Amino acid sequence: MGNRYEEIEVDESRRTFLKVTALAGGGLAVGVFLPGASRLAEAAAHMGKPFAPNAWVRIGSNNVVTIIVDKSEMGQGVYTSMPMLVAEELDADWSKIKMDVAPAAPEYVNPGLGAQATGGSTSVRVSWMPLRRAGASARALLVAAAADTWKVDAATLRTENGSVIGPDGKKATYGSLAAKAATLPPPNDVKLKDPKDFKLLGTPAKRLDTPLKTNGSAKFGIDTNLPGMLTAVIARSTIVGGTLTSMNEAAAKAVKGVKMVVPTKTPTGNGVAVIADSFWAAKQGRDALDAKWAGNTNLSTAGMQKDMRELSDSGKDAKTARKEGDVQSAKPAKTIEAVYEVPYVAHATMEPMNCTAWVKADGIEIWAPTQAPGVNQFIAAQMTGMKSSQIKVHTTFLGGGFGRRFAPDFMIEAVQLSIAAKAPVRVVYTREDDTKGYYYRPMAICKIKGGLDDSGNPVSFDARTVCESLTVGTGAEPALITNEGIDLTSVEGLADLAYSVPNINIEWVKYSPGVRTWFWRSVGNSQNYFFTESFIDEMATAAGKDPVEFRRALLTKHPRHRGVLDLAAEKAGWGRPLPAGRARGVAVASSFGTYVAEVAEVSLDGGKPRVHRVVVAVDCGMTVNPDTIAAQMQSSVAFGLSAALYGKITLKDGQVEQPNFHDYPVVRMNEMPNVEVHLIKSGEAPGGVGEPGLPPCAPAVANALFALTGKRYRTLPIAV
Amino acid sequence: MISFTVNGKTVQSNVSPDTPLLWVLRDSLNLTGTKYGCGIAQCGACTVHINGAPTRSCVTPVSAVAGKKITTIEAVGATKAGKAVQQAWIAEDVPQCGYCQSGQIMSATALLAGNPKPSDADIDAAMSGNICRCGTYNRIRAAIHRAAGTKA
Repeated sequence: MGNRYEEIEVDESRRTFLKVTALAGGGLAVGVFLPGASRLAEAAAHMGKPFAPNAWVRIGSNNVVTIIVDKSEMGQGVYTSMPMLVAEELDADWSKIKMDVAPAAPEYVNPGLGAQATGGSTSVRVSWMPLRRAGASARALLVAAAADTWKVDAATLRTENGSVIGPDGKKATYGSLAAKAATLPPPNDVKLKDPKDFKLLGTPAKRLDTPLKTNGSAKFGIDTNLPGMLTAVIARSTIVGGTLTSMNEAAAKAVKGVKMVVPTKTPTGNGVAVIADSFWAAKQGRDALDAKWAGNTNLSTAGMQKDMRELSDSGKDAKTARKEGDVQSAKPAKTIEAVYEVPYVAHATMEPMNCTAWVKADGIEIWAPTQAPGVNQFIAAQMTGMKSSQIKVHTTFLGGGFGRRFAPDFMIEAVQLSIAAKAPVRVVYTREDDTKGYYYRPMAICKIKGGLDDSGNPVSFDARTVCESLTVGTGAEPALITNEGIDLTSVEGLADLAYSVPNINIEWVKYSPGVRTWFWRSVGNSQNYFFTESFIDEMATAAGKDPVEFRRALLTKHPRHRGVLDLAAEKAGWGRPLPAGRARGVAVASSFGTYVAEVAEVSLDGGKPRVHRVVVAVDCGMTVNPDTIAAQMQSSVAFGLSAALYGKITLKDGQVEQPNFHDYPVVRMNEMPNVEVHLIKSGEAPGGVGEPGLPPCAPAVANALFALTGKRYRTLPIAV
Repeated sequence: MISFTVNGKTVQSNVSPDTPLLWVLRDSLNLTGTKYGCGIAQCGACTVHINGAPTRSCVTPVSAVAGKKITTIEAVGATKAGKAVQQAWIAEDVPQCGYCQSGQIMSATALLAGNPKPSDADIDAAMSGNICRCGTYNRIRAAIHRAAGTKA
């Protein structure tokens, strides 16, 4: 069983719809869209409206080519990679490219997600064909305009660096041709370049947003500053599902600058907002409010662990996600069993959650660092009874996303408070509000039993995981929960075990303690590959075989897994001696259409794990920007390592125990391994890159620590 | 009324004296390049220079900067070290989401201003107070070495 958001089809045969528009000042705008391109889009069509043509590229008479980006920039480089797709086929002058952020509009629905949104490492995968087609179509029109002007056959013309060039060397810039091109009929079908002719795609083009991010001028959501804007800091229920029992409203209002005290309500619970003329006044007011909450104080991590261990043993109401052969009749010569556990983890984006809304009589403006402008628009319309077209979403830069900014809670609060204050209101979470604000990666426990024959070959793999169904309540249920009731995010990375084992049984038990869980970078793959890649390593040990060789032998039917495994092993010097006190560990994972193997090199430093080096081998098919891919792998290792070594949110008496970075630590400069990234050259369709580097990190580190100490580390964060 | 200098200009603040400098910069002076990350000097996103010293503005009450010279990310490029750091950041394409980078650049600039040829250990010591959740640390290190003209 595959993961549906990994099955994005890139189908060249689909009919392309084109719309050509003349721009003021003699410009040309070309839009292209493809009708519903995946099962997921169809399943989740309720989230957005049907596709409609819209502009992806604008060419001004001043030769400036502006490319509209409908994806949220949260660090993954889409403000550069999306324009590269258009510019390649357009033969634009890359030095003159500008980008502009798309508004929330139905035409920008992500066919991989069913809503205008950025996530699931889909951006390049869903844009690879349509954006190239937009560029190629614009190019065809400019060529036709030149042919018409020069009275020559279009076939005799070529394009280069933002100009059409005639057979005699005559040259016309795109800007000079734009006005005429806009009057021509759209081309019926355009030919895309053969990838071997790419000049820009596959090259490490510089990010367009780097200068803005080195001088303080990049505007994030939290930087929104409007005339008359008020700032809200909210006291949210400290207890899951809690209700307010007392507060000192007078004390909050006594703080200079505080204007109002207003209740709020979101999918995660109730709150009381203190609205003031500055953040600091609002925060002082919120703290003075001293809100007290009542609710289920029985919820605790210890209790949940107990419940989950019991479910893992009993298998009560387990659903089967994959069954091959019969694990019961495998008759192994040797059996091993292990239980793995991972806790809740928070996203801890550097920019705390925030949103600004201005609700007016005839419409709403929202300034949001959001991964899901289309979802926000839809929900704001539902909240107010306005039409989606009346709701304007300005997507700012996102100070990290990692899935958290797919959630609508901060937007809902801002809209509620702007209505109450009759003014633009910026909601800002303190770091404590953010860390304690739920939306965690689920806790999970997984018990695996494996059998080996007397030659050390695996004959059975029997796994049962227990975790929350994070998809419930996200709006993505039709796409991510099967008809059999299996949440695909709970079993991805487990049910798609690539190793050849004749008898496989994968079960999932849904556990619902009531804590809001959410998509977290690489989602279920983040915990499930820790389980499977740790256990495969344990099987290798039980078989007395080398961890790389053992995996290789089981991946004969999966050349791309094997390709990255071999490359990582080679570049890491697998099998070659290391200085005393160091050891290596390996893991392989495939997620979001991309294959990644990692070899981690570790030591113990004062009893603490120290990761010195991580060699990453990636096969993500054809590449847009290899430097961005390298950056995303470095990023995923840092993010995965933070979870492997530190990440842990716990509850006690119904309350989250970790408020800030002092007790929710993350990897810092002095702990960052040197990450070396090696790409497999491939002609396959592009895979995602924002998330697939994460899943192999924790198991590679845990396996390396086993190689070093002889002890298995089956619980995250790793405690040596 | 508290008077101090921000990026070469004299400013006067009449907010409550215990207000952190960070929020005076961001909310009163609209200098939003300096970021709020944690409020307790754990992440470094709010780093500014006070009389040249890298300082967490989120825990610095505005009353403590009376008469002092503040430099923020918006003006750090006017200094020799700041300009070199910004150029190195661009050459290495350091930022991802970019949110922590103002603080990273302020810390790196202060490091280089006092130690033109920092070792890796010096970089660890100066930069480990600045968290980056995107994990740009390898590139930050490379960019600091580049700005210093030293090999990583």
